[in-house]
Amino acid sequence: MSGNGNLLTVEDLVVSYGSIQALHGISIDVKPGEIVTLIGANGAGKSTLLRSISGIVPLQKGRILLDGEDLRKVPAHRIVELGVAHVPEGRGIFANLTVTENLKLATWIRKDKSKLDADYERVFKVFPRLKERRSQLAGTLSGGEQQMLAVGRALMTGGRLLLLDEPSMGLAPVLVQEIMQTIRAINAAGTTVLLVEQNARQALKIASRGYVLETGNIALAGSAAELMNNDRVKAAYLGG
Amino acid sequence: MQFYIQQTLNALQVGSVYALIALGYTMVYGILTLINFAHGDIFMISCYVAFFFSTLVISVLAGLPPLVVFVLTMLVSMFFTALLAVVIERLAYKPLRTAPRISAVITALGIGLLLENFMVAFKPVGPAPRFMPELIPNVIYNIGGVAVSNIQIVIIVVSIVAMVILDLIVRRTMVGMAMRAISWDKFTVPLMGIPVDRIISLTFALGASIAAVGGTLYGMAYTIDPYMGIRIGWWAFISAVVGGIGNIRGAMLGGFILGFVEIFTPVFLPASTYRDFVAFSLLLVLLIFKPTGLLGRPMVQKV
Repeated sequence: MSGNGNLLTVEDLVVSYGSIQALHGISIDVKPGEIVTLIGANGAGKSTLLRSISGIVPLQKGRILLDGEDLRKVPAHRIVELGVAHVPEGRGIFANLTVTENLKLATWIRKDKSKLDADYERVFKVFPRLKERRSQLAGTLSGGEQQMLAVGRALMTGGRLLLLDEPSMGLAPVLVQEIMQTIRAINAAGTTVLLVEQNARQALKIASRGYVLETGNIALAGSAAELMNNDRVKAAYLGG
Repeated sequence: MQFYIQQTLNALQVGSVYALIALGYTMVYGILTLINFAHGDIFMISCYVAFFFSTLVISVLAGLPPLVVFVLTMLVSMFFTALLAVVIERLAYKPLRTAPRISAVITALGIGLLLENFMVAFKPVGPAPRFMPELIPNVIYNIGGVAVSNIQIVIIVVSIVAMVILDLIVRRTMVGMAMRAISWDKFTVPLMGIPVDRIISLTFALGASIAAVGGTLYGMAYTIDPYMGIRIGWWAFISAVVGGIGNIRGAMLGGFILGFVEIFTPVFLPASTYRDFVAFSLLLVLLIFKPTGLLGRPMVQKV
């Protein structure tokens, strides 16, 4: 099973909230080194898919494999240890903790403590603003800075697979560009990315492949270029 | 003047015990928004653990230096009380984590009743008040007309040291950071690779062991009985609310305020029986004018 070369394999995933089925048996895969994007409207199930990968929403049917390892019985905090770093929708920063404390918490599972200093440096190099504000309470940061902190925190977990849920949400257009370039740089440095976005145009610009989710099903899949030129995608997600 | 100094010392002594117990209420509330009404009875159990252990040690290992007996007794009481609190959390509260909050509160009240009545029915304990063996020989110093006992000093100093240590744990350690993170957003904490259930257990353990510091100290100065946890628990709970529930330093401040209420009520009012009236009135007035408590921050709307 691990012979397919995928970092992440999702097979026939079914997830429900109570009696409401959110995902009706979807399959995706992510290869090492890729940026794969999931696009779709609000409520299509994009966030649910990320949440079930990181184990905070239980799956009902199907399988999720990370490097061939079945994640079904693995609790969320252990999935982080296996290399999945999830930046949740709405950022999920701890507003009552300082920037440094937020970053430090994300190193809970790190065993290679000797590498931590280099990783802090890396985060501060990617996001110099965080360095300036490191002793401030995270709640006092601007929206863009909070997003930087959320991504920086995910990097500090040392994950191989970065799940990003709407990183552009609530950001000014110039910041959206900036965060997309940052994601590309993080990917270039060796982290695989699964990017959920409503801003399909921006996402497809940096992704190599994409999936279109519609009401809990995969409606379309293909390379970023194919999707960008697809009439349905153009009409529904790229503003015609 | 001496009278007031004397009463202030007494208030600090009583208040430090309330503060130690209030910390457990406030920490559990902070991370689970659960008012653990069994906490006063957990404090009562810690007194009995100290009582039985010290009785045993003094009879079996007679001749140990008092300081060793005192420290050992406190550590053993902290350990077993923490263990009890963790077991209660796992068996009684954890299954209700997603249930309506009222279910957990009623369960906590039930656990409290269970502990009280178990101790009454349990033959070696029974309903009668008990004296703990003298851990440290009582010495009373007379300083300018103010009577100060060495036990009083030990109670106040050890309590303050315990509170400083707890404050450092919460502010400076990774576990403390994780606790504060859970109090803000417990759904994101697992995404940091942090086992939330283990942090919750640790919080109960920490809250119970600091109550056991109070329990051991309390037993050195007062009699203990199976129902003692009710009144003391209520007073500690009021302390936590007065200080701002969920706020560590607030609980400490609230504990000392309630200590002053207890000691100074009979000074200004005809009888000490008015003390509950004063304490609850203070709570009500505070809830009207500052519902978040003295050091509590107003609830921030999370987006």
